[in-house]
Amino acid sequence: MALKIVKGSIDRMFDKNLQDLVRGIRNHKEDEAKYISTCIDEIKQELKQDNIAVKANAVCKLTYLQMLGYDVSWAAFNIVEVMSSSKFTYKRIGYLAASQCFHEGTDVIMLTTNQIRKDLSSPHQYDTGVALTGLSCFVTPDLARDLANDIMTLMSHTKPYIRKKAVLIMYKVFLKYPESLRPAFPRLKEKLEDPDPGVQSAAVNVICELARRNPKNYLSLAPLFFKLMTSSTNNWVLIKIIKLFGALTPLEPRLGKKLIEPLTNLIHSTSAMSLLYECVNTVIAVLISLSSGMPNHSASIQLCVQKLRILIEDSDQNLKYLGLLAMSKILKTHPKSVQSHKDLILQCLDDKDESIRLRALDLLYGMVSKKNLMEIVKKLMLHVDKAEGTTYRDELLTKIIDICSQSNYQYITNFEWYISILVELTRLEGTRHGHLIASQMLDVAIRVKAIRGFAVAQMATLLDNAHLLTGNTQRNGICEVLYAAAWICGEFSEHLEDPMQTLEAMLRPKVATLPGHIQAVYVQNAAKLFATVLRKHEGETDSHAAQETSQLLIDRLPLFVQSANLEVQERASCILQLVKYIQKLQQKKVEVAEEVTALFAGELNPVAPKAQKKVPVPEGLDLDAWINKPPSESESEDEKPKAVFAKEEPKHSRSRHTEVDEKELARRREARKREQANNPFYIKASPSSQKVYDAPGVEHIPVVQIDLSVPLKVPGMPMSDQYLKLEEERRQKEKAERKKEKKKKREKRGKERKADSGPESEEDIAPAHQVDIVTEEMPENALPSDDDDKDPNDPHKALDIDLDKPLADSEKLPVRTHRPEVLKSPAEDRVNESIPQETKKRSGKEKKEKKKGKEKDRKRSKEEKKKKKHKEVEEELLESHPEEAVQSEETKEAATPPTSTSAEEETAPSSAAAVDTSSAAAPESEPDEPKDAEPEDTKSSKHKKKKQKKEKEEKEKKKKKRHHHHHHHSNAGGEDSVQNGTVEEEEPLPPMSNYFLLAENSYIKMMKEDADQVYDIQGNHQDESKVVVSVIFENKSDSFLKSMEFNVLDSLNSKLQRPEGAGAHDSLTVPFQLPPGISNEAHFVFSVQSIVMPQKLKGTLTFIVKSDESSTHEKLDFKLHFTCTSYLITTPCYL
Amino acid sequence: MIKAILIFNNHGKPRLIRFYQYFAEDMQQQIIRETFHLVSKRDDNVCNFLEGGSLIGGSDYKLIYRHYATLYFVFCVDSSESELGILDLIQVFVETLDKCFENVCELDLIFHMDKVHYILQEVVMGGMVLETNMNEIVAQVELQNRMEKSEVSDQ
Repeated sequence: MALKIVKGSIDRMFDKNLQDLVRGIRNHKEDEAKYISTCIDEIKQELKQDNIAVKANAVCKLTYLQMLGYDVSWAAFNIVEVMSSSKFTYKRIGYLAASQCFHEGTDVIMLTTNQIRKDLSSPHQYDTGVALTGLSCFVTPDLARDLANDIMTLMSHTKPYIRKKAVLIMYKVFLKYPESLRPAFPRLKEKLEDPDPGVQSAAVNVICELARRNPKNYLSLAPLFFKLMTSSTNNWVLIKIIKLFGALTPLEPRLGKKLIEPLTNLIHSTSAMSLLYECVNTVIAVLISLSSGMPNHSASIQLCVQKLRILIEDSDQNLKYLGLLAMSKILKTHPKSVQSHKDLILQCLDDKDESIRLRALDLLYGMVSKKNLMEIVKKLMLHVDKAEGTTYRDELLTKIIDICSQSNYQYITNFEWYISILVELTRLEGTRHGHLIASQMLDVAIRVKAIRGFAVAQMATLLDNAHLLTGNTQRNGICEVLYAAAWICGEFSEHLEDPMQTLEAMLRPKVATLPGHIQAVYVQNAAKLFATVLRKHEGETDSHAAQETSQLLIDRLPLFVQSANLEVQERASCILQLVKYIQKLQQKKVEVAEEVTALFAGELNPVAPKAQKKVPVPEGLDLDAWINKPPSESESEDEKPKAVFAKEEPKHSRSRHTEVDEKELARRREARKREQANNPFYIKASPSSQKVYDAPGVEHIPVVQIDLSVPLKVPGMPMSDQYLKLEEERRQKEKAERKKEKKKKREKRGKERKADSGPESEEDIAPAHQVDIVTEEMPENALPSDDDDKDPNDPHKALDIDLDKPLADSEKLPVRTHRPEVLKSPAEDRVNESIPQETKKRSGKEKKEKKKGKEKDRKRSKEEKKKKKHKEVEEELLESHPEEAVQSEETKEAATPPTSTSAEEETAPSSAAAVDTSSAAAPESEPDEPKDAEPEDTKSSKHKKKKQKKEKEEKEKKKKKRHHHHHHHSNAGGEDSVQNGTVEEEEPLPPMSNYFLLAENSYIKMMKEDADQVYDIQGNHQDESKVVVSVIFENKSDSFLKSMEFNVLDSLNSKLQRPEGAGAHDSLTVPFQLPPGISNEAHFVFSVQSIVMPQKLKGTLTFIVKSDESSTHEKLDFKLHFTCTSYLITTPCYL
Repeated sequence: MIKAILIFNNHGKPRLIRFYQYFAEDMQQQIIRETFHLVSKRDDNVCNFLEGGSLIGGSDYKLIYRHYATLYFVFCVDSSESELGILDLIQVFVETLDKCFENVCELDLIFHMDKVHYILQEVVMGGMVLETNMNEIVAQVELQNRMEKSEVSDQ
């Protein structure tokens, strides 16, 4: 012993421990990877040693390397070894390593089940604790199923330390094994009132997690939580409960009403900011869920807002952040109460903390109104100027645009102002959002007709000063704006004061440095401008100006013809030739202006992105009808009449398709629409055609006609000055203008209100209602189904379980058994469909009911017999029986139905052979007894007959066996009860639990009866024990199965008992045939030499499948397992 | 739920990582790097919450962190956790470390990662808060250490 210790410590002396490893890594900074790889080699050596201390040390080092990013899963088995050490020190190391690197894909996990179970039930609480902690990190569905019961037991452990861990881990178990939720829930609920606050807190924690995902199932716990909330002083628990209530209130408004008061009290009383904050949050949730209009609401809101203001004003950035966060929740429903704190929020924009600034920006987005929009945007513009760092500035820029454009420019009262803002934003250095500004410019210019004049003027200035934008290469993002500017100037060139100047600006050589797509627009719009200039000068006698313009184009365009960009080149050369031709005509004094203008005639109308979808299908057109015959049945399923366009009736309705459910429909519809939207060849309806279909649902198509004449004609406004001044001046000016405008507007509004006529005030122009883009056309039923689609991976979906239903008997956590196969319930279920099983089940039920009264039971069994068309005489006979006879009979009766039915219904009873044994014991008056005994007795007796001896003892044994047979379906230990007929009912087991799948193919299923490994250990004439194996054969096919032959490859220890004279490898004929869907049971006897050796026997079943047309020979392989314990379990006690 | 707990130093070197959801090792390292990148560029006087660690979680998740001298303690949590509560929890955890190591410093964490894990296991289990009472945590940790010592002396 001493030597061993010395040896161990010497071993360890040469090993690096964790500290040495860390030190080594730190000393090898330059070749860390190399050093670590040598360390890993050492660790591999250490893991090969037998000394557990060395192994544990190695695993500990691996845990460290795992943190550095090394994959250590190759050592998973060694980790399991260390986990199973009996020493806490090593066990802990093992579990830590496992919790760091095991996951569901780790295959050695399945080796740990028993070790973990052992640790869970360890007398040392820390062994249990360590196992629970580890398990919480790597629990798999299998582990969860196998250990659920053990963990549930631990929830009632004497030590609170274990209890709280067990409670917490249950959440993980539920996630992995949802079936455990209902059986375990009552105890979990119990733990809410555990005397130990830690356990209580754990239980609250788990239930809150559960309820968060499926709140409706936990509504019934609300009173309990309410009690906890008013009694608990643990802030952790309170926070969790209050958060939970926040999730529950939307489902139950009455709860909300009750909550307000205690929450308000807490808000007033608590000093813990975290609790206060959660209270405020939940109050907000309550207020959102309650219908507004209750008088005391405003008080609560006020309180919340007040408290949040305190948080926001706090110097602690965290509180500030959370205050803003909560404020934004109030904003959604009660914007008014938040708006009064605008000052505070604007102040937050100055905060040095970006998270806070972003939060404040979010808030501003919701706070704007027509009244304060300009003011807020002005503040934001100031921040844009001050902002450091492009990210935040870009954020500000997008926010400004978002704020202004939200709900279709709902809050913009003056588009002139908005255009100037956009123009100002183009001065931003290095922004990435040029395209955003550009698209806004285009959108406004196109959709707000009245603003076009102003917009064009601004854009012309922009083009003129393009060098300011493009001068710096860094500013590339912003030159996108020029794209918009050029297009607007070209398209709406009739508004230009001096098209010639703009044209000149657009053809400057510098333009050639712009990105290709912008140049292309330049060239194209230069042509438009050219047309405008021509028309302008058409009437004049002096055609000099027009010719000058042509010359300008002819001079400048070649530059673009040389462009590397195809689009630019193509357009430029095309236009160049056109202009040259025009020039010729001009020289001949031909009037061309009209023709040239005609090139670009016609107004472009904005079309909503979703307009296409809203175009109704013309009467009589069925887009889904097949043009040709559908290729095949299955494919035709894809296409089906749909209800997109309300009343459209498909001409040839295919009714069989209607079963396709709504979701599927919506999905297809969606897919088709997407396809159409992306398909350039799909002809989109022109806006003009929209008027033709005056169907409902079309009116929202945004052909916007916003007549915004009012603000532009404000007298005394020096409009033209604006775009002639330089940037700086203009900004000043605009500010002044904006102020003025605002005043004007206010005045105007005042007047209009009185007059109530004339042009609409800006307040009322609200383009929003006409440009109702947002709402439509995610087909209504598509959205929810999309949400559903996200869910399947969510483990919590499986936990959506009704917890209020009383527990059914079947809902039990799997308890450890020697035969885990019992768990294979699906197989059982399948068997239950077959007739004999059903009857067995019935008989099982019967037995349960017997407890209530034997009389009743007797009647029932009588009824059953009636069903089975037995003669009434039998009944009489039965009833006339003396009481004791009935007693003993009863067990028989209960046992009878299964085999009797199977005998009657499936196999034609050839009862001759069967009469032998059973009739002796059974009362004479039991007419179905012979039949009952028949099927398996024939079989077993067949074997036995051929085993030469038929002594009485054996007969009796056989009989007992048969009894056992009948009874253990409902009672595994039922043999002893056969004798007195009463005990057995006390512990009913689920029927069929003894059978498990042996093998199965498409024709046949073999189920082995587990508990039936009954054996005569005392076989007095032979020196060997026998094992009887019952096998149920179920015909799963539509064909007739016959000539079934059962064969097993004998081992030295176990041999199939074959008829005399048969060779050792001959098969046994199964003594029945199986019509489709029928099952029957056969018994096979094995002789076993030693009951201390487990056995695995390979076997084959061959059979002929006979259908109408043909018959084939099929076979099915299976394996029989005899475990040692199975020899022992059901040793009958005959006394 | 807490999805992950990361401790790394001012240079982004991990000192303890504890994921409560499986990520492969290279993904873990990537998450550490990204988190470090997000956290390290923030001043000390800004708020301790961060949204948008894209690798881990999603919109429901927040990074809540504290910076002590040379170490960052980062918790990645979902919306069922109270932000301020988690901040307190980090404080409790650090104070516990301080008690267990007596004036804890980065070196303690470097050389005794396993012990730090054992302490953390008494605070958070499987992503859920197990114990917030520092005395209780310290007591349990010490009892287990004593048990370990007695096993060593048994040898």
